[in-house]
Amino acid sequence: MPMVEARKVHKSYGRLEVLKGIDLSVGRGEVLCLIGPSGSGKSTFLRCINHLEKIDGGALSVDGDLVGYRQSGDKLYELKDSEVCAKRAEIGMVFQRFNLFPHMSVLDNVISGPVWVKKAPSGPSKDRARDLLARVGLADKVDSYPNQLSGGQQQRVAIARALAMDPKLMLFDEPTSALDPELVGDVLDVMRDLAHEGMTMIVVTHEMGFAREVGDTVVFMDGGVVVEQGDPTQVLTEPQHVRTQSFLSKVL
Amino acid sequence: MTVPPGPPPAPDGRPDRDPASLKVVPVRHPWRWVTGVVILVLTAMLVNTLLFSHVVRGGTREGRFQWGVVGHYLFATPVLKGIVVTLELTVIAMVAGVVIGVLLAVMRLSPSPLLSGSAWIYIWFFRGTPVLVQLFFWYDGIAYLYQHLDLGVPFGTALITFNSNTLITTFVAGALGLSFNEGAYMAEIVRAGIISVDEGQSEAAQSIGLSKTQTMRRIVLPQAMRIIIPPTGNETISMLKTTSLVSTIAVVELFQATQNIATTTYQVVPLLLVASLWYLFFTSILTVGQYYVERYYARGAARQLPPTPFQKLQMAVRHVRPVPVAPLAEAPWVAPHD
Repeated sequence: MPMVEARKVHKSYGRLEVLKGIDLSVGRGEVLCLIGPSGSGKSTFLRCINHLEKIDGGALSVDGDLVGYRQSGDKLYELKDSEVCAKRAEIGMVFQRFNLFPHMSVLDNVISGPVWVKKAPSGPSKDRARDLLARVGLADKVDSYPNQLSGGQQQRVAIARALAMDPKLMLFDEPTSALDPELVGDVLDVMRDLAHEGMTMIVVTHEMGFAREVGDTVVFMDGGVVVEQGDPTQVLTEPQHVRTQSFLSKVL
Repeated sequence: MTVPPGPPPAPDGRPDRDPASLKVVPVRHPWRWVTGVVILVLTAMLVNTLLFSHVVRGGTREGRFQWGVVGHYLFATPVLKGIVVTLELTVIAMVAGVVIGVLLAVMRLSPSPLLSGSAWIYIWFFRGTPVLVQLFFWYDGIAYLYQHLDLGVPFGTALITFNSNTLITTFVAGALGLSFNEGAYMAEIVRAGIISVDEGQSEAAQSIGLSKTQTMRRIVLPQAMRIIIPPTGNETISMLKTTSLVSTIAVVELFQATQNIATTTYQVVPLLLVASLWYLFFTSILTVGQYYVERYYARGAARQLPPTPFQKLQMAVRHVRPVPVAPLAEAPWVAPHD
């Protein structure tokens, strides 16, 4: 059973159709990189996976369970808010603009999920959070506040915050797009380690080097549809579609 | 005249000399001196009329502002009792106002049109009518419209019945009127605070599994506080003074207490001063309190918390030392910090 399966996923904002039938499958431990021009629906699709956006048609499932619904007989029952929260807690998400909680220290940011959602005791959660922060290279920043950190450091805290929930799937929404060029590397290193440890990851990115090196699959989206997907080297070096070719010729 | 260190000045003063070695002549500000003198004179006049001038009233010569009378009544028992009532009303109205305000703000931001609509109508009504009129409604209107207030099944039997006149005392009417009115204003302040918090914050909170209530309480409201606190401080200060309106519905608070004395002694102005001094005293305390609350909620927003006035004083004392004449080469426009 794949970790994420999308069949004919549709999503519209008013009359604007953003996703026009997405079919995708992400296996366990797979790293899937979503590339494509802005407005192609990559981020929207990512946000649908943890139900930050509600899909209008098709079916989307994570780990065998439909996102946002429970199937019973031939009916779909919308999940209650508490059930949606429980599902989201199993999926980590990292945002382009970090979205750390600015009024809380780095350590409090990382333990916020375990303590508030899982009701874990704060002592062990803090130990765990320190380990995670050490793993992303920020052991000395536990007591800092987010705005005392560089963008790259903030993004690594955000990754640690997501990992603190022991997610079975990590979603990255352009994690390095808001960073100064020299800070991108540190964040990508953390993501690379995570991939090597077997984490299932969906990464919306413009880092073609990362996609080629770490990705198991590259998916090129444009205009709300999947144009082309396959092995990174193949898609990035010998794209079959004209649209993929013209996109890659601009970004590579 | 001290000569800044550096290369010795050339004797001729030609313009091609190294600017780093020249003497700096600061800009003069003659108008600052003029306005300074004007303000000084006005201040002297004010002090004179307040403290030293006299006037003949009823054949006796006495101090113009009768500070002796002010001092005599400043701590009089009726005045102190009035202060207690004023403070009680302020606290009740602000606490209730904040609770109602948070509730209404969350309702107005709700996707349900019924909730947001009813909050809108509440705000429309209570903000659209004068608080003085509202006070009279609570005081006169309720008892006139409903002689009894029933607690029970809607449209059904009453379980408990209250007599309106005994339930709604003048104090209760005042507290109700001020609270419901304040709720409408606080609602808009809280709503402004909530929508000022970046949407990414709620998304991040929800992505780690926080419920909507947790997101609001743990993530959004604490950050909204930074926007909410300053106008709420204003509202509190304003409320302290607005409580004087309940004197019109026969609540003996600070202002009414001083008025009661004034009507028997005919010393109207000194008792106005008594009331004013107390209002000033409490608004000053609130201003200081607001400063520290703002500072608390600035955590994470400012890279470094601003120093408290006490810390500023400490720094000033530590920094009072002869300022060395810096060589111009050490650029004076470099900020002293970092």
